[in-house]
Amino acid sequence: MSDPKNSNRKPGDVETTGHSWDGIEEFNNPMPRWWVMVFYVCIIWAAIYSVFYPAWPLINGATPGVLGWSTRGDVKAEMQSWTDQNKAIQAKLVATDLGQIQNDPALAQYATNAGGAVFRTWCAQCHGSGAQGNKGFPNLLDDDWLWGGTLKDIAFTVTHGVRNTDDEAARFSQMPAFGRDGILTAPQIAQVVQYVMSLTNAATDPKAVAAGKTIFADNCAACHGAEGKGDRAMGAPNLTDAIWLYGGDRKTLTETVANARFGVMPTWGKRLSEADIRAVTYYVHSLGGGE
Amino acid sequence: MWDYIKLVALGLIAVFAAIAANFAHDVAYQVHALLILVVAAVMFVITLRQTGDIRAPAPADEYFDSVIRYGVVATAFWGVVGFLAGTFIASQLAFPSLNFEWAQGYMNFGRLRPLHTSAVIFAFGGNALIATSFYVVQRTSAARLWGGNLAWFVFWGYNLFIVLAATGYVLGSTQSKEYAEPEWYVDLWLTAVWLSYLAVFLGTILRRKEKHIYVANWFYLSFIITVAMLHVFNNLSIPVSIFGSKSVQVFSGVQDAMTQWWYGHNAVGFFLTAGFLGMMYYFVPKQAERPVYSYKLSIIHFWALIFLYIWAGPHHLHYTALPDWASTLGMIFSIMLWMPSWGGMINGLMTLSGAWDKLRTDPIIRMMVISVGFYGMSTFEGPMMSIRSVNSLSHYTDWTIGHVHSGALGWNGMITFGALYFLVPRLWHRERLYSLSMVSWHFWLATIGIILYAASMWVTGIMEGLMWREVDANGFLVNSFADTVAAKFPMYVVRALGGAMYLTGALIMCVNLWKTVTSVGAKAPVGAAIPAE
Repeated sequence: MSDPKNSNRKPGDVETTGHSWDGIEEFNNPMPRWWVMVFYVCIIWAAIYSVFYPAWPLINGATPGVLGWSTRGDVKAEMQSWTDQNKAIQAKLVATDLGQIQNDPALAQYATNAGGAVFRTWCAQCHGSGAQGNKGFPNLLDDDWLWGGTLKDIAFTVTHGVRNTDDEAARFSQMPAFGRDGILTAPQIAQVVQYVMSLTNAATDPKAVAAGKTIFADNCAACHGAEGKGDRAMGAPNLTDAIWLYGGDRKTLTETVANARFGVMPTWGKRLSEADIRAVTYYVHSLGGGE
Repeated sequence: MWDYIKLVALGLIAVFAAIAANFAHDVAYQVHALLILVVAAVMFVITLRQTGDIRAPAPADEYFDSVIRYGVVATAFWGVVGFLAGTFIASQLAFPSLNFEWAQGYMNFGRLRPLHTSAVIFAFGGNALIATSFYVVQRTSAARLWGGNLAWFVFWGYNLFIVLAATGYVLGSTQSKEYAEPEWYVDLWLTAVWLSYLAVFLGTILRRKEKHIYVANWFYLSFIITVAMLHVFNNLSIPVSIFGSKSVQVFSGVQDAMTQWWYGHNAVGFFLTAGFLGMMYYFVPKQAERPVYSYKLSIIHFWALIFLYIWAGPHHLHYTALPDWASTLGMIFSIMLWMPSWGGMINGLMTLSGAWDKLRTDPIIRMMVISVGFYGMSTFEGPMMSIRSVNSLSHYTDWTIGHVHSGALGWNGMITFGALYFLVPRLWHRERLYSLSMVSWHFWLATIGIILYAASMWVTGIMEGLMWREVDANGFLVNSFADTVAAKFPMYVVRALGGAMYLTGALIMCVNLWKTVTSVGAKAPVGAAIPAE
């Protein structure tokens, strides 16, 4: 029993239980009434809730709850309400010629919102949430297009993608790996890189430019054009505009010429609806560089 | 005789570890095999040198405190390691360039995150629980620890588990279960250590000289037993090879997820709640020098807590492949859990009534009060976040991280610091702590750090939850995921700052405890286990 000498009790304290462990005693206070009441309320609420919502497991399945509510039903209803609301305008979007969308303010607004949402969901991972692009992924805000910047060109690129193996109609071209495949020697690559840099007045070794020009004419001009202005039919970039997909410094260009690049974009025609593709086409076209 | 058995066993372990290191399929396993080889070899030499020595039997009338002293040092050490890792990964989230290129595959966020969580929960929290439970069970049972050197095995074995787990994460060995990342052989080792822990604790209770078992020991015992059960079931897996770390889970799909969160939630419930309530029930009345407020409340809230907690796990899986009925049960049991959790808070705070004046003079009491306060706050926040409609906003956001940290830093951290300040002068027989003003500094740095942490995570969590669900008039999402990440940057900086303050406080504590041991005058020991009757 408790030792009065070690007791931590004060005058006016309630009785203890009489136990003492290492000097610790326990008051015989009742449980706080509000605590007990709130505990009961929680239990009663839980019981009632379990009647209204799916709760108790049975041998086959579980009690469905009298409200008939389910998480999947919930999300289905929400999706359905948006689908119903947008049905008419989506049909209009599919029926309208791409070039005519901008003449219908309500449709244009819808295409911008829907296209923006599609873009932020599916395209932003590579092209950036602001469509500003990234190394290897084109900037869609400027007017420098690899495969064309008209509504029709953009719609085709989105629908079929670039260099993927899922869609036979995908845009395709392949730059040779001039170094890896032994087409050019290392000094020749260094010279042609200097020539390409000279197109934007950035050559670091002017002596190599003349030799590089000959190599360019023999090996690169077929796709990039005699003046290096590129060719959209082949997705060959313009090399004179100082806009670089992978980088315009000597090291990166050497890497590009030696090993080539093979940027891939998925085919969206099999994943997105016609309305979504049209919307995102309109959205990308409207970002500033559309032709 | 016993020494020879030990020598043979250690020799066999060393030989097997050498073979395992040779045939290892992966780096983590190989490093672990070599580590075990070294440990077994060192143990072999130590045992060999002692073989045949005549050792005096342990004094039965003295408490077994040397293992607790080691536990206190380990708790402080792992605490600093865990807080440092946390502060670093918080900075990595704010400034991704801290995922250094040269350290990819070892020190990037993905590798260090489990290192942080395991270091704070299992290394810091686990060592604190083992050390304090050994201290408390001896005092409140008036008996020496049962099992002799088994307590040493528990301490060293548990810390070996921590080293194996931590090195495994950095080297890429993980079974991808949150808070249960270590692979199969580490799990088996922990099972052996944990059952030994149970034996020591239960053995001590059984040889107690007090008639009743003190409430702190109910909580400690429920924590030890339940964690053993959770650990075994959640880690049921089949190794791909005995010479490799990879294993395959027995459960798959939603069953695996359900088992994982049954484990995960009760790691919170029994490791971080029940175990630490055991600490609270001893150190708060001791430091306040007041009787526990209500015996009746402690009984009812104990049984209600351990009965209800075990069902609440499914609330981690709302709106997933988990069937709706399981999700509902997880939610309503979480709501019912609110008051049983608060019972501990009431008993802790009300124990201080009549000793409120100590708040002004005793920074350790202040630490314990704020700890119980954060306990009350997070055990309200938890049931609230388990409500399905709240969860649809909070789930996967930083709000969850903030919730966990107000519990972990506020409740678990602060009560542990309080216990360490209580224990060190007593275990090393010092008159007092080296500096109470350093305790005050620790208190304020930690408290402000937690507030910065929790508040920034509330703001950023609710913000990103709202941004994720924001739709325009046509039902289209307004924000891309990357936009929500970019918007969190300022709050991530504030969070890292809060973590740095908390870490600084812990470093001040370490200096204070070190100086207490080395430069405060000694006090005559009073070690005898005298029953309090």
